[in-house]
Amino acid sequence: MTDQTSDTTTSAPRRSLLATLEVDTRLMGMIGAFILVAVVFNILTDGRFLTPRNIFNLTIQTASVAIMATGMVFVIVTRHIDLSVGAVLAACSALMAMTQVRFLPGMGFEIGHWAIPWIAIGAGLILGSAIGAFNGWLIGYQGIPAFIVTLGGFLIWRNVGWYQTSGQTIGPLDKTFMTFGGINGTLGGPLSWGLGILAILASLLMIFRARQTKIAHGFPVKPMWAELSLAAFCTISIAGFVAILTNYSVPERVVARDPSKFGCEVAEGCTPVYGLPISVLLLVAIAIIMTIIARRTRFGRYIFATGGNPDAAELSGINTKMLTVKIFSLMGALCAISAVVASSRLANHSNDLGTLDELRVIAAAVIGGTALSGGIGTIYGAILGALIMQSLQSGMAMVGVDAPLQNIVVGAVLVFAVFIDIQYRKRTGAK
Amino acid sequence: METPLVEMRNVSIAFGGVQAVDNVSISLYAGEVVGLLGHNGAGKSTLIKMLSGAYKMDSGEILINGKKVSITSPRDARNHNIETIYQTLALADNLDAASNLFLGRELTTTLGFVDDDRMEAETRKIMSRLNPNFKKLKVPVSALSGGQRQSVAIARAVYFNAKILIMDEPTAALGVHETAMVAELIQELKNQGLGIFLISHDTREMMDLCDRVSVMKNGRMVGTERVADVTEDDILSMIILGKNPKVAA
Repeated sequence: MTDQTSDTTTSAPRRSLLATLEVDTRLMGMIGAFILVAVVFNILTDGRFLTPRNIFNLTIQTASVAIMATGMVFVIVTRHIDLSVGAVLAACSALMAMTQVRFLPGMGFEIGHWAIPWIAIGAGLILGSAIGAFNGWLIGYQGIPAFIVTLGGFLIWRNVGWYQTSGQTIGPLDKTFMTFGGINGTLGGPLSWGLGILAILASLLMIFRARQTKIAHGFPVKPMWAELSLAAFCTISIAGFVAILTNYSVPERVVARDPSKFGCEVAEGCTPVYGLPISVLLLVAIAIIMTIIARRTRFGRYIFATGGNPDAAELSGINTKMLTVKIFSLMGALCAISAVVASSRLANHSNDLGTLDELRVIAAAVIGGTALSGGIGTIYGAILGALIMQSLQSGMAMVGVDAPLQNIVVGAVLVFAVFIDIQYRKRTGAK
Repeated sequence: METPLVEMRNVSIAFGGVQAVDNVSISLYAGEVVGLLGHNGAGKSTLIKMLSGAYKMDSGEILINGKKVSITSPRDARNHNIETIYQTLALADNLDAASNLFLGRELTTTLGFVDDDRMEAETRKIMSRLNPNFKKLKVPVSALSGGQRQSVAIARAVYFNAKILIMDEPTAALGVHETAMVAELIQELKNQGLGIFLISHDTREMMDLCDRVSVMKNGRMVGTERVADVTEDDILSMIILGKNPKVAA
């Protein structure tokens, strides 16, 4: 689905540069849009937008919405919608906060016990998947439209959380739990670089292996220089990302407060860096897993087949009802993971956590090229969509654009992005 | 007497108040092509959709090789080696030919992941036999011509060693050349011992391809005749009048 453009041109006598490289023009377009947004804001803010610090903040602000957006891709691809993700996030966050702050300490676990965060996360994951599975059952087996089921859920679940916490803000959260939330949990310099190098090696290995399998099956392969360019691109991107995040040093006053936290005995001469945030690593891991599900598993294949033609999927022996339950349950589990990231970033649970996230998540998926008519969408697109939205929002906040204008711009960008996407599909002949 | 490959006995189904198929019996022998004829809404497609598992019948029974079987889903039908080529082709337009061919029966690697490379290689093999001009393996099937889409649907039915093949209007969307190719294929499959149900509006074509024809009208079976024993006019009068001239005579 993603490399249609390169294939339609394979029969042409002279292949264009992009076709030879077999790059996804749509992906390039989105990266281009993101770079444009970043550069424009960087100019408007006199270079404050593209500092390691702001890029670090951008990535940790994007993580929560981006994690949910990967699940929303599956939901929208099968022609459904989930309006309840923000509310489910709040319900899961409320349960996890109550579990670690009230329930478990009440049962005799002392504050800081190693098991507390994991039991809390487990409870949240179970609740999220169960809510999702229930939604999926109503939609798949009972035939209630997803729009209605999740519109009801939108009202129900946030208030279930509110009821549970009696409207109080619950905190402070467990120390280990909070490492999933951005600035409280980062890898530091050496570990970040180690992981970055591993990632580079893994991507190089994958490019090489893909070429080997193609040759083994006698399929045409692209020229060596094209493979090498791709390899270079991957290496530079990963290394660049790690380099930027490891350039964000911990402010001196933070080090002075507790030098031992950064592996120093005294504050003098101690210059630690933040490095890769754990929440971003979580996002990357989820993105990889979801992409593998989408492309390499039967589950993923059935999701796209059902989105393309529900009747055909059914006639091929696919249990589309059970598929719906699984998709929504997965969405619910991702909401719970996002709840961990979102609440731990703020160090406590409050009732308005994730408000309007359903709209941000849907917008991210749609800006990322997921078609509401079903059958089309990519995980990386949704993540890029989330990143573009977050960049716009925080960029405008930095420039000092008025709040109403910010929302007007974001709304306009959403519609414009879909317009461009439709034009692009018309041009390339893809549906 | 030889046991039929498939026998549907006294099958009925109703949708709301409409009796779409009413107490119909039909049989199919190995190496035989049976044509189903009738006006739109006569119940032909509904009848075979019960055999292919798309609909659940209200009453009646299905026997395969003389043994009673229960078919309640397309998966059941496939397990009994019944393959169907639907009028609508039932292709997922956003997926490529290989994904459609193996939809619901993907080849997997030892780790359980779908093995796209192997499926593509297999698709190349079978397509080179069915339609040698077929080259567009990597594009979504929405980008293919009607004939190419049809060959994907046919390949899907043929690849999995069907014993019973149901073809619902297989030539409706095809040009002259491609229609001839389908006719050739039907002959070849018949010689391999498959039983084929063929649905079509084209009486002329049915006379050429089928061994027997069954005519339906308003959900009832008008009659089944050997093609050799009747004229085209006889069949037309069965379709239009709903009476079997041979019985009446």
